[in-house]
Amino acid sequence: MRVLGIETSCDDTSVALYDEARGVVANLVSSQLDLHEPFGGVVPELASRAHLVNLLPMIDHLLARQSLRLRDLDGVAVTAGPGLIGALLVGLSTAKAIAFGAGLKLIGVHHIEGHILANALSGPLVLPAAVLVVSGGHTEVVMMEAVGRYERLGATLDDAAGEAFDKTAQLLGLPYPGGPAIDRAAEGGRSGRFRFPRPMLDDARVVFSFSGLKTAVRLAAAGLPRPLSPEDVADLARETQEAIVEVLVARLLQAARQRRARAVYLAGGVAANRRLRAATAAAARDAGLHFLPLQPAYCTDNAAMIAYAGWCRLAHGQADGWDLDSFARAPVVSWR
Amino acid sequence: MREQPLPSPDEFACCLRCDSPHATSALGERAATILRGGETVLLWGPLGAGKTLFAKGLCRGLGVTDEIVSPTFTLACRYEGRLVVHHLDFFRLDSEADLAEVGIDGVIEEVEGGNAVMVVEWPLLLLPLLPRRVELLAMPGPGEQERLWRARGQPALPEPWRRLFAGGVPC
Repeated sequence: MRVLGIETSCDDTSVALYDEARGVVANLVSSQLDLHEPFGGVVPELASRAHLVNLLPMIDHLLARQSLRLRDLDGVAVTAGPGLIGALLVGLSTAKAIAFGAGLKLIGVHHIEGHILANALSGPLVLPAAVLVVSGGHTEVVMMEAVGRYERLGATLDDAAGEAFDKTAQLLGLPYPGGPAIDRAAEGGRSGRFRFPRPMLDDARVVFSFSGLKTAVRLAAAGLPRPLSPEDVADLARETQEAIVEVLVARLLQAARQRRARAVYLAGGVAANRRLRAATAAAARDAGLHFLPLQPAYCTDNAAMIAYAGWCRLAHGQADGWDLDSFARAPVVSWR
Repeated sequence: MREQPLPSPDEFACCLRCDSPHATSALGERAATILRGGETVLLWGPLGAGKTLFAKGLCRGLGVTDEIVSPTFTLACRYEGRLVVHHLDFFRLDSEADLAEVGIDGVIEEVEGGNAVMVVEWPLLLLPLLPRRVELLAMPGPGEQERLWRARGQPALPEPWRRLFAGGVPC
């Protein structure tokens, strides 16, 4: 079976092809495309228009490169939500039109399920697993009993972890996106010079709160001469990253313990953070849990994970009707 | 993605002091009692000033039971309580063309219908579209957790808001 994946939930347009026999055979993401390529040319921006301009040429390009026609496919998987509603609609309408026109199955995929299942693209899943989904818009822990069976254990009460990276980076004068910038700046930083709060660590629930970190960083920076020296920025970045990572890892391991998981996984854009990957690996090792870090290409939004998640449902004999709708918000749900 | 220029505190007539994050969310809850539907509340302030916290309190005051999280990434969230609350955040937007992305016309229409209110963080891009509005400015105070909240209105600050601020801890 071959499934075309379409992901337009936020800034990036992405299309991918999952082939049951060969795995992910193509995964195109608009922000990583060479702008001089014939189908490219639109810099991703916060506009459904960019998805509209990008999407069909990217699908054509993908199929042409694989020497495939639409009727060689079995299904079209598309992110139904959560995300920006206008952006989602572009992908959903396109997926419906293609599936209807070419007589293919239509499969709506929950964006969070896509992120979680991206881990299956790196190696066989060890289940049950506790999965930390961390990105610019999401910070939550999901228990995965099996493919298709999920339970959200908890989420952030205010800012997402990726947002915390972005905003503290801005306070430190570092560029956007803040995650990679802080990751790099923290490399030369010393630990112990600053100490930021790790909120709610003693809470028995799986909850996160990152909004207070902005105030902690601002106050620490306010006590230093301006402009901040590279050493100061490095030390502040290091403690910022440490404060975020420590809370994320503690919560993930807490959830794994409570639910007797055999593995922990990371998912989402922040899963590319090197400190988070290293700290998770160390904590998993100490707790005797399986952990395999996700390939960076499958951390950020991508259609490969959507195509794969769609294939999983198709392989279980499931598909959606033409009344499939997009949604801005909703926790991940089980489908079996 | 950048901090927008903030209005000067001198342009705001009313000022009160919140000495803790809790006081900020309590201020939001009290502000909710003023709302009758149709109002627009703009929240100015630097990163970490407590804008989302105020919005959380306001939503709670309106009986919203959903978890209110930062709308920076999703740009717009719609909650239902005693009134519908549109919680918007334009921190990531750079141009007015992007406003269409959040369906701003539909939001304004629903608010003008009278059963919804709009609470907007990083509202610079919206100013031309909103002739009637209450504007709040939050600035860090001298104390570490302290925030100074100021209010003004366009064309004028409604009397209930004036009273709300007169009843607070003066700056």
